[in-house]
Amino acid sequence: MNNGAAVIAQNLVRSFGATAAVSDVSFSIQRGEIFGFAGPDGAGKTTVMRMLAGVLRPDSGGIAVEGIDVIANPEGIKSLLSYMPQRFGLYEDLTVAENIFFYAELFSVPRKIRLARARELLEAAGLSPFQKRLAGQLSGGMKQKLGLVCALIHTPSVLLLDEPTTGVDPVSRRDFWAILYNLRESGVTIVLSTAYMDEAERCSRLALMDAGKIHYCDTPARLKQAMPGMLLAITAADPRAVRAALADAPGVLGLLLMGDRVNVRVDDAARRAPELRARLDAQNIAVTGISRIEPAIEDVFVALVGGGAPA
Amino acid sequence: MLDRLYVMFMKEFLELKRDRWAIFRLVVPLILQVVIYGYAATFTISHVATTVLDLDHSSASRALLSRFYATGRFNIVDMAASQAQVTRDIDTGTATVAIIIHAGFARQLLNGQGAPLQVIVDGSNSNTALIALGYVSQITARFQAGAMASAWPQPATPPGGITVSLEQRPWFNEGLNDVWFFIPGVIGTLTLMQVVSLTAFAVVRERELGTLEQIMVSPIRPFEFILGKTVPFFLIGLGDVALVTIFGTLWFDIPFAGNPLVLLLGATLFLLAAVGLGLLLSTFSRTQQQAFALNFFFINPLFTLSGFAFPIAAMPRVLQWFTLINPLRYFLVVVRAIFLKGVGLGALWPDLAALAALAAGMLAISILRFRKSLD
Repeated sequence: MNNGAAVIAQNLVRSFGATAAVSDVSFSIQRGEIFGFAGPDGAGKTTVMRMLAGVLRPDSGGIAVEGIDVIANPEGIKSLLSYMPQRFGLYEDLTVAENIFFYAELFSVPRKIRLARARELLEAAGLSPFQKRLAGQLSGGMKQKLGLVCALIHTPSVLLLDEPTTGVDPVSRRDFWAILYNLRESGVTIVLSTAYMDEAERCSRLALMDAGKIHYCDTPARLKQAMPGMLLAITAADPRAVRAALADAPGVLGLLLMGDRVNVRVDDAARRAPELRARLDAQNIAVTGISRIEPAIEDVFVALVGGGAPA
Repeated sequence: MLDRLYVMFMKEFLELKRDRWAIFRLVVPLILQVVIYGYAATFTISHVATTVLDLDHSSASRALLSRFYATGRFNIVDMAASQAQVTRDIDTGTATVAIIIHAGFARQLLNGQGAPLQVIVDGSNSNTALIALGYVSQITARFQAGAMASAWPQPATPPGGITVSLEQRPWFNEGLNDVWFFIPGVIGTLTLMQVVSLTAFAVVRERELGTLEQIMVSPIRPFEFILGKTVPFFLIGLGDVALVTIFGTLWFDIPFAGNPLVLLLGATLFLLAAVGLGLLLSTFSRTQQQAFALNFFFINPLFTLSGFAFPIAAMPRVLQWFTLINPLRYFLVVVRAIFLKGVGLGALWPDLAALAALAAGMLAISILRFRKSLD
């Protein structure tokens, strides 16, 4: 796996008018990785992806994809790269097969290879029965999968996906990830951005982004280790009351409301669990359970980056 | 490169074919407008609603009125009994022209005093009013000549009288047929409207769909994309020119005196300018609605300042300058000259050169702006 960097970005800066969308971002992505940018909307994920794709010039900084300077030679990377924006551009008046044909021809994919590859990808995406259907008549999830098929028809070595599963149903999402894992097997480098923290967890490495900066970048496991403190899950009938009651309790580092429970980050789980229960009992707040849990990426993000918790 | 261009064209025509109404929308309005212009757009007026008030009731006044009936230009809709009724007819729009012969007309005519004839025209349509007045003076002049001939019957030319006789022989359109003037012009206006809007909408649609960005990350060059987006509409434009030319010559019997190859050259330059303008509009629009509004904003002045209906020489100097950068202006000169005058490159080269310069300029600006708009 460690046979060189597929993507290197150094000190990327890009502003739109007075707003700095990306300020001084550097990273390096190894060949065969699934590298994720996680962060809330407006963190600068899409701007980074568009700069990597060569459709947006950075104000300063450098990008190399497969050893080719993207800024100096944007045409040079196009056949190696595939970029799928949040909404892949499909021709709605053309059929599924015609859209694939169109993108295959744009990338000069030889006819023989195209047919075999299209069959394989359509099969994996579960789109085989719909080849004659107009793209405009597909469901949202199917459109997104067709976008992926079109993006992969020329066998790129680096695949850029900008929030690929936003608004996609769970079944299509699973198909989607199955395709991504397969690609990774065959050595394709996958770079994706996501606002879904469960999806971020599937990446081999993760950059936590907020306000145009990468705050942490590591494997999900090591990011979890890097989180200061331990996590207690307190389930209660009224979790909002729990959160309010514990906000200024000693030893509490952070609170995150998760449906019917509150994830409380504390300095020492064994010591604080009985203290917190006693505090809640004293205020007559009914508690169904308190237990120590392993942090999820969402907890890590809130603990490390802070601010508004992403979805 | 050629295979990428080919697939761009394929895609464009496939989309057009999928759009079941496309052929209908491209061809039917074109033919329909040619027919409408052929029959309705004319500067000649006939059957003008006219009210008549004859207070003289003499044989002379009846003779004068009968001349008005005879021409067919005037339709007598009312024989008014009073001045008030005349006013009412004009006010309500019942009549556009009123002819009033006052009492004593015949007496004064015979006395050689000069008999007054009062004519009222509804000036709210200044064009019709002007033309109607022209007819009135023609008819009265002829009536006067007739009256003079019967008063002094013997000598063909009255002593001391010198007359200038006008022999009208308009060249290139001897019948001064308005249809001959309009239909060749329609080739320019309709083609311009269709090609500019098709090009602008097609590019903006790709931007809206997100396919533009998708195509830009493929190995296709911006220049290839531009060719792929403009050549199909250029070809449709040539088809328009051919269609209107054939329809106009066959249906309306408009002469085609010139060389079709010169027309092809002129149309090519004109259409290059048109696709350039369409592309330029697309760079100013994010959505198809914006493109529509912008298109509307440009097309009307282009028509008005082209000489299609209103003579450029009569416009204020500043507006005349604007016509100099209007490709339609030059194409109208070329197309009318080819149809009616039958002149060739020798006479038309200044207009063709202007068209070529405009096409080059328009394309250069739009391609530069288009490349910038990709960022």
